[in-house]
Amino acid sequence: MGVEGIGARVTRKEDKRFLTGKGRYTDDMTVPGMKYAYFVRSPYAHAKIKNIDATAAKAMPGVIDLLDGKQLQADGIGNLICGWMIHSKDGTPMKMGAWHPLAVDTVRYVGDAIAIVVADSYGEARDAAEAVVVDYEQLPAVTGAVAALASGAPQIHPEAPGNLIFDWQIGEPDAVDQAIAAAAHVTEIEILNNRLSPNPMEPRATLGIYDTAEDHYTCYTTSQNPHVARLVMSAFYNVAPENKLRVIAPDVGGGFGSKIYIYPEEIICLWASKKTGVPVKWTSDRTEAFLTDAHGRDHVSKVKMAFDANNRITALKVDTIANLGAYMSLFSSAVPTYLYATLLSGQYAIPAIHANVRTVYTNTVPVDAYRGAGRPEATYLLERTMETAARELGVSPAELRRTNFIRSFPYQTPVIMNYDAGDYEASLNAAMQAADWAGFAARRAQSEARGKKRGIGMSCYIEACGIAPSAAVGSLGAGVGLWESAEVRVNAVGTIEVLTGSHSHGQGHETTFAQLVAGRLGVPIESINIVHGDTDKVQMGMGTYGSRSGAVGMSAIVKALDKVEAKAKKIAAHLMEASEEDIVIENGELKVAGTDKSVPWFQVALASYTAHNLPSGMEPGLKETAFYDPSNFTFPAGCYIAEVEIDPDTGETDIVQFVAADDFGNIINPMIVEGQVHGGIAQGIGQALLENVQYDENGQLLTASYMDYAMPRADDLPSFSLSHQNTPCPGNPLGIKGCGEAGAIGSPPALINAITDAIGHNKLTMPATPMKVWQALQTAH
Amino acid sequence: MTKVTLTVNGRAMSGECEDRTLLVHFIREKLGLTGTHVGCDTTQCGACVIHMDGLSVKSCSILAVQASGSTITTIEGLAGQGELHPVQAAFKEHHGLQCGFCTPGMVMTAVDLINREGGTLTEETVRAGLEGNICRCTGYHNIVKAILAADAEMATGRQAAE
Amino acid sequence: MYATSYHRASSVEDAVKLKSANEEGKYLSGGMTLISTMKQRLAAPSDLIDLRHIPAIRGIRIEGRKVTIGAATPHADVAASRELAAICPAICKLAGHIGDPHVRHMGTIGGSIANNDPAADYPAGLLGLGATIVTDRRSLSADDFFTGLFETALEEGEMVTSVTFDAPEKAGYAKFNNPASRFAMTGVFVAKTAGGVRVAVTGAGSSGVFRHPGFEQALASNWSPDALSNVVVDASNLMSDLHANAEYRANLVKVMAKRAVASAG
Repeated sequence: MGVEGIGARVTRKEDKRFLTGKGRYTDDMTVPGMKYAYFVRSPYAHAKIKNIDATAAKAMPGVIDLLDGKQLQADGIGNLICGWMIHSKDGTPMKMGAWHPLAVDTVRYVGDAIAIVVADSYGEARDAAEAVVVDYEQLPAVTGAVAALASGAPQIHPEAPGNLIFDWQIGEPDAVDQAIAAAAHVTEIEILNNRLSPNPMEPRATLGIYDTAEDHYTCYTTSQNPHVARLVMSAFYNVAPENKLRVIAPDVGGGFGSKIYIYPEEIICLWASKKTGVPVKWTSDRTEAFLTDAHGRDHVSKVKMAFDANNRITALKVDTIANLGAYMSLFSSAVPTYLYATLLSGQYAIPAIHANVRTVYTNTVPVDAYRGAGRPEATYLLERTMETAARELGVSPAELRRTNFIRSFPYQTPVIMNYDAGDYEASLNAAMQAADWAGFAARRAQSEARGKKRGIGMSCYIEACGIAPSAAVGSLGAGVGLWESAEVRVNAVGTIEVLTGSHSHGQGHETTFAQLVAGRLGVPIESINIVHGDTDKVQMGMGTYGSRSGAVGMSAIVKALDKVEAKAKKIAAHLMEASEEDIVIENGELKVAGTDKSVPWFQVALASYTAHNLPSGMEPGLKETAFYDPSNFTFPAGCYIAEVEIDPDTGETDIVQFVAADDFGNIINPMIVEGQVHGGIAQGIGQALLENVQYDENGQLLTASYMDYAMPRADDLPSFSLSHQNTPCPGNPLGIKGCGEAGAIGSPPALINAITDAIGHNKLTMPATPMKVWQALQTAH
Repeated sequence: MTKVTLTVNGRAMSGECEDRTLLVHFIREKLGLTGTHVGCDTTQCGACVIHMDGLSVKSCSILAVQASGSTITTIEGLAGQGELHPVQAAFKEHHGLQCGFCTPGMVMTAVDLINREGGTLTEETVRAGLEGNICRCTGYHNIVKAILAADAEMATGRQAAE
Repeated sequence: MYATSYHRASSVEDAVKLKSANEEGKYLSGGMTLISTMKQRLAAPSDLIDLRHIPAIRGIRIEGRKVTIGAATPHADVAASRELAAICPAICKLAGHIGDPHVRHMGTIGGSIANNDPAADYPAGLLGLGATIVTDRRSLSADDFFTGLFETALEEGEMVTSVTFDAPEKAGYAKFNNPASRFAMTGVFVAKTAGGVRVAVTGAGSSGVFRHPGFEQALASNWSPDALSNVVVDASNLMSDLHANAEYRANLVKVMAKRAVASAG
């Protein structure tokens, strides 16, 4: 390990600009002539639009124009789509209802966009938006997934009778039913996974700029994947051909999944820029973010887990209803299917699994991937079930898990996944030791003496990162390939630009990716720049989500580096009249192994560009591109332990310790990995204790600001105790697995297992707010 | 339009704005200092924290006209050109930031906290002092570490100066 | 925010004059509630009369055990006042837990009580202390001042200039935060004053801050947390919302009252 290479705790190259206020986020962008947009949005969860009267609004001060859905449709702008086809178990394709970027005849959730106002100032645009008179015919609304499936429920899309989008299954129903019938014990539980709002601190924003002379569009946007945005806006929404559309995602203030999707606002601002002839900027406020950013989770599941007389799991049966909201967002269909049900084996050898998943339209914001996406839902379900089973069977939670751990790899689960490597017991042991599990009884007694209730809970999670390979996901319905691209561009003086299709919005790629190159070539990290987030600079990319940037994005850089190194070695061998096979790269030099002959890196770079003395037939230059398509998912896993103390007078939960033991394979920068885990755990604790999106019966969002949606704050959280175990991933050149989502996946069940341990019964749903815990304690008495 | 005059980061600045213009928008749009951010509408997230007359305030909940005549420090003015204030340096050293969006408000809050309670801070009082600032990336773990480290560093600096 | 016109008052008389000249206007003190409400377009005053630059209504004055706090005194100043803490630490503690540090630098006692948010802290403090609210034209007892949700006895154009109270023999405040907004989901101020024991509850009542006679009687005969154990808290007049129903609030009222007594010593 070098001081700047792989494994080193290098402080971040990008920090100085963020710390000094020089970050450049989308809302920071201004261009000459720029005007401001405000969207007219539906105040109703479900209604027919009978008429839009914009006469008064258009006459307001500062207003440039007001544009509606009919105009958008007339200009041939397409509907928003879901990019992953799922077929129901009867073979019929999912039933996707039309999603007009601006609603034309029907609005289906509070916040559905109806028209855009462009004005000289934000205030004037908003003033005018309020003056638009929309004549609605209100329709009955439904917000809960179970209610939406009930007979007589309001019908949301004509394409999806009964609001059912698909009824999908995975696994072997007959084998599962037989195993349950023959079981020594069956644990049954109903699991609710609460609905969340991702809440990156930077609200979404976009700046659309149309250049009349070039017939060219530029879109600044808060995106995790600008190339996918360009692809989708070109291929499906008819905004512009790809060569006429540049998408730039500059500094982006967090995403957590919610900035993967192409939302109506990007499309409309580009179109509005052409219609009005001025650059158009829109920035969401926080309430709009709650109303329109894709939400996460929202599952209702029934679970049966069967055990034999030795406490070995013989089968798992899951029936899940997933709320997808009013429209199918970009990856919404994949989340409760291939990112969820395929992980239901967890860390356990389960011979038979069957999961049935029904997805449902409701009059709520679209639901899509949020940090973890499907895997938190699977982990919460499994680990709550395991905890419940352990209590029912009278064995310790650790023992039940040890009895059922998968211990040899590769391991083929009954639900598609083939786990390549892991050591689940190592993480369990590390976590239990760090948490002093053995000393818990004494700590509980101390708490009781002070009138408090103490509980401890664990969660053994597995997740799948770097969705792949492309051919496999294609066969499962994905509309895109899930590879990554990289270009390593060595300049004539030896400095290096790495162009990547990954996008950093907090993950620190500018540092970790540079560490990889610095380590390989032995050049200073300052001589390496990471370029990302601009379709004009980077050829193509699939972006950052699903903890894929390390495992997939960096693997692409490795492939490009391999090519650069090979060429550099040829040049060096030629310059030193040595054999190419004898050249090694060390400390910024190309050396002839076993001799004192060497040329510095910059000299080889210079030679490649002067081209005065290259091997015969070699092209000048030192720049290579690679695409990397992984052979499999990666499988990070770990064990989390939460210990809580509850104040029975108020129901308040104090997290007295939180321990995480994670196996991410090899680690590039432990400091950054730890930061990812911290953030993930905080979001998991948020889900478990604080956060909950709630609608009233009419579909009004009750939690539309931080006044009612409880975000984790510093004093809600403890400091965390972390450790890493390492079984390197055999599937990629760096042996890395991905760390971005683990914290959010593993932590909620650990918390709820701890709280239910403290209160002495299982009747508790997330979030475990003080009131709910207090109520649970009253029923226990 | 009303004329607003401020001393910002040591320099006298003025500009015209509507009376309804928030101080944060005046700073971002009229003065071009975009390091101060807006993350919510309800005076809670703290991305907009600046110092006004030496005290931390939420610039999203103050009108520019209200602030007229006052002395403002924004994240851009915390340290000299090219330098880092000890709090900024500690955030870098301890990885107290990820996406960077809440960071200016966090740093300005931390400086104010150390100004008021420096030398006595504990993990608990730092966490309490961050009640008005929301971060979605870091889980606060490294922010707390960074502030405690900066406090210790600045206390050493104060002792050395005495 | 809707368009508005800003005026900076230099004196109480100036402020009252500006207000009477602009009937649809509002007094603006720290603005921590008003500006926030205006941003969300939930309030649209035609004019704002800024009271922060009137020296006469800013600051804390202590004469013996008589305390006067100027209406434009920020929460942070009350929280940090050593002189005040020496005779009434409970009010300093209350002020030190309003909002967050930045809000406490701007928000003022006058603004807080004139707004009378049902989840604000100061109304409980002043009602509990039996304080007097002084305006540009009269003095009102706290019992008469707080009249309902966001409602006070202030007349059109009337402006709070200070609050006064005699430091109590003992006082304590305990609150339980709303997990999202961090406003008081229930806050209870208890005080042993020359005029008797007073207990005021904020964050819980469906008509705003209120006194709890049952607690007052129990504490008058036995100043101890245990004295409250058997007092019934009627949930029927308490608020229910997303975060706490009336039954849970009733529980919190008792728990916080006990803690307030315990903290008072």
